Amino acid sequence: MLVQYMIVSALLIAIGATGVMIKRNFMIVLMSLEIMINGAGMLLIVMAYYLGNVSGQVMFLFVAAVAASETAVGLAIAVMMYKRKGSVDINDFSMLKK
Amino acid sequence: MSGILLFVVLAPLIGFLINGIFGKWTKPYAGVIASLALATSFVLGLFPIMSVLHGNIVEHIYYTWLPFKEVVIPFGLRVDALSAVMLFVVTFVSTMIHIYSIGYMHGDPGYSRFFAYLNLFVTSMLLLVLGNNYLLMFVGWEGVGLCSYLLIGFWYEKDTASDAGEKAFVVNRIGDAGFTIGVMFIIYYFGSATYADVFPRAEEVLNSTAATIIGLALFLGAMGKSAQFPLYIWLTDAMEGPTPVSSLIHAATMVTAGVYMVARSNAIFSMAPIAQEVVASVGAFTAFYAATMALTHKDIKRILAYSTLSQLGYMFIGVGVGAYWTGMFHLMTHAFFKGLLFLGAGAVMHSMRGLLSIDLMGGLRKYMPQTAILMVIASLAIGGIPPFAGFFSKDAILAHALEFGHPIIWVVGEITAFMTAFYMFRFVFTVFYGEEKVPGLYHDLHTHEAPAVMTIPMWTLGILSMVGGFVGLHIGGVVPFEHLITQIAPNTEVANEAHYSETVLIGVSVTMGILGILAAWIIYIKKIITAESIARAFKPIYTLLANTYYVDEFVACCIVKPFWWVSRNFLWKIVDVILIDKGMVDGAGWLASRVGYLLRFIQTGFVNHYAYWVSLGVIVLSGWYIVKII
Amino acid sequence: MNQLHFPILSLITFIPLMGAFFVALINEKNENLIKWFTFIILVIDFIVSLPLFFYFDPTTYHMQFVERVPWIKSLGFEYHVGVDGISLFLVLLTTFLTPLAQLSTWSAIDKKVKLFNIVILLMQTGMLGVFISIDMFLFYVFWEVQLIPMYLMIGIWGGPNRVFATMKFFLYTFAGSVFMMIAIMALYFLNHHFTGTYTSDMVKLMATPLPAHLQMWLFLAFFIAFAIKVPMWPFHTWLPWAHVEAPTAGSVILAGILLKMGTYGFLRFNLPMFPDMTHAFALLVIILSIIGIFYGAFVAMVQPDIKKLVAYSSVSHLGYSMLGMFALTQVGLEGSILQMLNHGISTGALFLIVGIIYERRHTRLISEYGGLASLIPVFSVFFMIFTLSSIAVPGTNGFVGEFMILLGAFLAKPIYGIIVAFGGLFSAIYMLTMYKRVVFLKVTNPKNLELKDMNKREWAYMLPLLLFVFWIGLYPNTFLSKMRVSVEHLLQQTNRSVKVIDKTQEAQLIKTVVVKKG
Repeated sequence: MLVQYMIVSALLIAIGATGVMIKRNFMIVLMSLEIMINGAGMLLIVMAYYLGNVSGQVMFLFVAAVAASETAVGLAIAVMMYKRKGSVDINDFSMLKK
Repeated sequence: MSGILLFVVLAPLIGFLINGIFGKWTKPYAGVIASLALATSFVLGLFPIMSVLHGNIVEHIYYTWLPFKEVVIPFGLRVDALSAVMLFVVTFVSTMIHIYSIGYMHGDPGYSRFFAYLNLFVTSMLLLVLGNNYLLMFVGWEGVGLCSYLLIGFWYEKDTASDAGEKAFVVNRIGDAGFTIGVMFIIYYFGSATYADVFPRAEEVLNSTAATIIGLALFLGAMGKSAQFPLYIWLTDAMEGPTPVSSLIHAATMVTAGVYMVARSNAIFSMAPIAQEVVASVGAFTAFYAATMALTHKDIKRILAYSTLSQLGYMFIGVGVGAYWTGMFHLMTHAFFKGLLFLGAGAVMHSMRGLLSIDLMGGLRKYMPQTAILMVIASLAIGGIPPFAGFFSKDAILAHALEFGHPIIWVVGEITAFMTAFYMFRFVFTVFYGEEKVPGLYHDLHTHEAPAVMTIPMWTLGILSMVGGFVGLHIGGVVPFEHLITQIAPNTEVANEAHYSETVLIGVSVTMGILGILAAWIIYIKKIITAESIARAFKPIYTLLANTYYVDEFVACCIVKPFWWVSRNFLWKIVDVILIDKGMVDGAGWLASRVGYLLRFIQTGFVNHYAYWVSLGVIVLSGWYIVKII
Repeated sequence: MNQLHFPILSLITFIPLMGAFFVALINEKNENLIKWFTFIILVIDFIVSLPLFFYFDPTTYHMQFVERVPWIKSLGFEYHVGVDGISLFLVLLTTFLTPLAQLSTWSAIDKKVKLFNIVILLMQTGMLGVFISIDMFLFYVFWEVQLIPMYLMIGIWGGPNRVFATMKFFLYTFAGSVFMMIAIMALYFLNHHFTGTYTSDMVKLMATPLPAHLQMWLFLAFFIAFAIKVPMWPFHTWLPWAHVEAPTAGSVILAGILLKMGTYGFLRFNLPMFPDMTHAFALLVIILSIIGIFYGAFVAMVQPDIKKLVAYSSVSHLGYSMLGMFALTQVGLEGSILQMLNHGISTGALFLIVGIIYERRHTRLISEYGGLASLIPVFSVFFMIFTLSSIAVPGTNGFVGEFMILLGAFLAKPIYGIIVAFGGLFSAIYMLTMYKRVVFLKVTNPKNLELKDMNKREWAYMLPLLLFVFWIGLYPNTFLSKMRVSVEHLLQQTNRSVKVIDKTQEAQLIKTVVVKKG
C-alpha cells in the first residue's frame, strides 16, 4: 500500500511542479503550488501512519496552515497585480530583471 | 668628577633650551647667554683634561640608554687623550666663535635662534667626542649633522641656503649608513659598542677581513662627515651659512669628526692595512684635488672651503698611514688657523656688506689692518712656514707618510703644500694688498675694521696659530703631543720603517711653502706674469678648475635628476598608480563586477524560469544523492 | 591572571561605548557640550588605562588583567580578554592617541558634530577590543566592528573623493578579513580535529602548532588579511586614498592605530601559530618589507600632496616594522613593536601638523605653501621636531626603533641590515624636501600671509606627543623592559621545532582522538 501512496504523492508533486513551470496564469500557478504542498502533505501523513508516529500528522497541520496563509498572500498579490497591470499573466511581471 | 663631566655637555644644552624656548624674550642677551654657557663648559672641561694629562682616563656611566637583549648601550662619557684634545679644541674654539658671533650676527632677526642652534651644535659635538661608545658617538654624529643642516639653512628664505642645508644632510646620510653598518658589525663581533670593551679585544676577536670591512664601513661615515672625495660636494655649498658657522662647523670642529673617529678606531684600522691604504689614498687624493680647485676660485669663502677639504685630506693621510697622533695634531692646529681664516673672511664680509668675490677687493689692509695681519699669520700657518702651527703638524704628517712607506703620498702632499701656500697667498695678496679694484666701493660701503668683540677672539686664535705647534717640538727626546696621543692611539707598527734625515724633510716642506708664496707674490703683487695670461695659456685646465671639474653639474644631471624622474614617472605614475592600484586592485574589483554582469543574464525576471532552475537544482541534487547511494 | 581583581580591560573598552550612548542623548545643537563631553570621556578612558602600565608585571609572558566569561558555551567561544607585553602598549597608544585626535577636530569638523563624536567613541571601543581579545572570534568581531566607524568617518567627513576612497578602503580590508575568517574557522575546526575540543582561545591555539603542511594555507590567509591592513607593498594602494580623503582625526587614527592592527595580527597569529611557515616565508616577507621601505620612500619623494607623502612614508616605516618582526631576533622584534609606537606618535603628529595648516588654508598641496617659518614659527618648530623623529635622528624615538630593527635584521643576516641602512638616506630626502618647500624659502603665496600660529588647543595636543618623542628617544627602557619577556616567549614559540607529522602518524592521532571520544 505504501508504494502506491508514495507514487500518488510523487505524481501530485510532479503535476504541481509542471504547472508552476509552464503555466503563465498566476492563479493556475498558485493552484499548482497548492497541489505540490498537498503532495508533500500526503507523504507526511502516510509516513506518519506507516511509522506509527503522530508527529508527521501534526506537521501536516502546520503545513496546511502555512499553505492557507500562503494562498491568502498569493491571492492578495494577484489582486494587486491585476490592479497594476490589468492582467495576472506572470510574463508581464519581469521587473526583477533590472 | 662625574658631575663636572656631565655638566660639560649639559651647559650648552641649557643654553640651547634657554635661547630656544625663550628666544623671544632673551633676544638682546642671547649671544651673552650662549657664550657664557660655552665658557662654563670650557672651564669645567679643563678639570677632566688636567686629569688626563696626569695619565688618567676619566670615564663615567650615567644610565643605561639602550638595553637590548643582545647588546647593552650605556650613556657614558669618557675623556682620554684623544677626547681630551677634542674637548679642548671644541670648547675653546667654540667659545671664541660664540663671542665673535655676538658682533657678527648683531642685528640679525634670527639672533637668538642662531645662538640656540650653535649651542645645540656644541652639545652634539661634545657628545660625539665624549661618548664612551659608538652609538653615543653616532648620536652626536647625527646631531652635529642636524645642526649643520639648520645652520647652513639659517637664512632659510634664500633657496640656495635651504638647498645647501638639505644637500649637506642628505650627503651625510650616505656616510651615516656606512657608520651604522660599521657599528652593527662591531656589535656583531664584540657584543658591545663600548670603547673599553671593543679595542682591547680587537686583536683576538677580529680577523683581518672583518677589520677591513668594519674599517671601510666606518670610513664611509668619515667620508661623509669629513667631506672626502666623492662625498665632499656638500661642503662648498655649506658656505651659504653664516660665516661663524663655516668657521666653527665646517672648518674647526664638525668636519674633523671623521678624523677623530678613525683615530678613535685605531685598534681596528691598525689591523686592516687595506682599509688604512684606502683612508690614506682618499685623503691624499682629496688633498690634491681640492687644492687644485682652490687655485682658481674667486669666492673668498669657497676658497677657504676647498682649502678645508684639502687640509682634511692631510689629516686622513696622517691617520691613514697609521700615525694617528699626526692626524690629531693637524686637526688641532687646523682648528686654530682655519677657524681664524674663516673669522677673517667673516670680518671682511662684515665690512663689505656681504660681498664675496675677490675681484671686488684689494688693498683692504689700509681699512682693516688687524684683520690683514691676522690673515697673514693664518696663511703662514696653513702654508707650513715655521714656526707657525701648521708647519709642525703638516710636516709630522708628511714625514710619517714617507717613513711608513708611502712615498707617492708624500710627493702628492708636498705638491699640495706648494699649492696651499700659493692659493692662500693669492687670497691674501689680492684681498689685502695691491690697489682698490673698484674705485669708491669702500667709501660707499663704509668699510671699516671689525669691532673689538670680533677682533679679540681672532687674536686669540691668531696667537694659538703661532704657538700651537710647539707641542709638536722635540723636548728632551719626546714629542709631548705624540706621547699624549699614542697612549690611546699607538702608531701602527710598520714592518720596515724607513728613516730619512729630518733636516732634508723639513727643508723640502719649507721650500715648497716658500715657493708657493713666492709664486703668488710674483703673479699678484709684482704682476711679472699676470694671472690672466696663465689662464689663457692653460685654457682647458683653467675652465675645468674654474668650474670645479663639473662635479656638481654631473651629480645634478646624472644622479639626482634621473632618480627623481624614475621615482615620479616610473615608480609612482606607472608602477603605483597604474600597475598596482589600477591594475591589481581596481582590476580585482572590475573582475568581480564583470562576473556579476555575466551572471545577471540568468535573472530573466520570468517566474517560470526561476522555477526551472529550482527543479533543475532538485533533480541534480537528488540525482547526485541517488548515484552516491547506488 | 588579573592582579587588579577588577575588570579593568572591559571598563577601558566599554567606557567609550557608554559615552557614545550618552552623547547620543545630548541635543545636537549643543556642540560645545558634545565636544567637551566626548573629550572628557576619552581622557577618563586614558586615565583608567594607566593602571595597566603601572601594575603590569614584566616578569611573565602570561596574559594579564584577564577576564573570562563564557559567551557561546556550546561552540567554546568566550568573552576572554587580557594583555601581555605585546599588546599592552598598543592599548595604551590607542587610549593616548584618540583624545588628541578628537581634540584636533574641534574646529575642523563643522557638520554633524554629534555623529562624528559618536563615531570616534565607537571606533575607540572597536580598536581596544581588537588589542585585548584573546578569544579568536571576539577578535574577529572587534576587527570587523571597528571598520564601520572608519568607513563612516571617511565617507561622511572626507574630502571630495571620499566615496571612492571609503569604498576602496572598506572593500579592500574586508576582502582581507574574509580570508582571515576562513582561516580562523579552519583553525577552529582543525584544532578540534587534533585535540577533540572546540576552543577559540588564542593562547591554547598557539600552544599546539599544526603540522607544517596545514600551516601554509592558514599562514597565507592570515598573511593577506594583515598585509593589507599593515599595509605591506604591494597591498598598500588603499592607504594614500584613505589618508588623503580622511579628515585629520581619521588619518591620525588610521595611521596611528588601525595600521598597527595588521602588525599586531602578525605577532598574535602568524608568528606563534605557524612557526614553520614563519621561517619558510620569512625571506619573502623580508623582501617585501625591504621593497616597501625603499619604494615607499621613492614614491613619497615625488608626491605633490603632503598627506599623500606622509601616507607613503607610512608604507616605508611599517616596512621597517615588518622587517624587524620577520628577522626573528629579540632586538628586531622589540624594535618592531617599538616602531609601531613610534609610527603612531610621529606619523600621527605629522598628520595633526598637516591638519593644522589644512584647517587654515584648505589645501594640502606642497606648492601652495612656502616660507611658513617666518609666518608661524611655533608651528614650524613642532613640524621640524616631528620631521626629525620621522627620519630617525638619534635622540628622538624614531632612531631607537629603527636602529633596533636594523640591528635585528643585521643579526639575522648582515645583508639585510646593510641594505636597509641606506633607507635612512631616502627618508631624509623626502621629509626634508617637503619640509623645505613648506616651511623654508620665501613666502610666495599671498594667501599664507594671514596664517595664524598654533592656538592653545593645538599646543595641548602637540605637547604630549612631543614628550613621547624624547622619552622613547632618551630612555626607551621604560617601554622595552615591559615587552622583553613576552617577546622572548613569542620568539621561543616561533623557534620551536615542530615535529613533522607524516600521514600515518596523523592517522594514528585522529584514531586516538576518535577512540577517546567514542
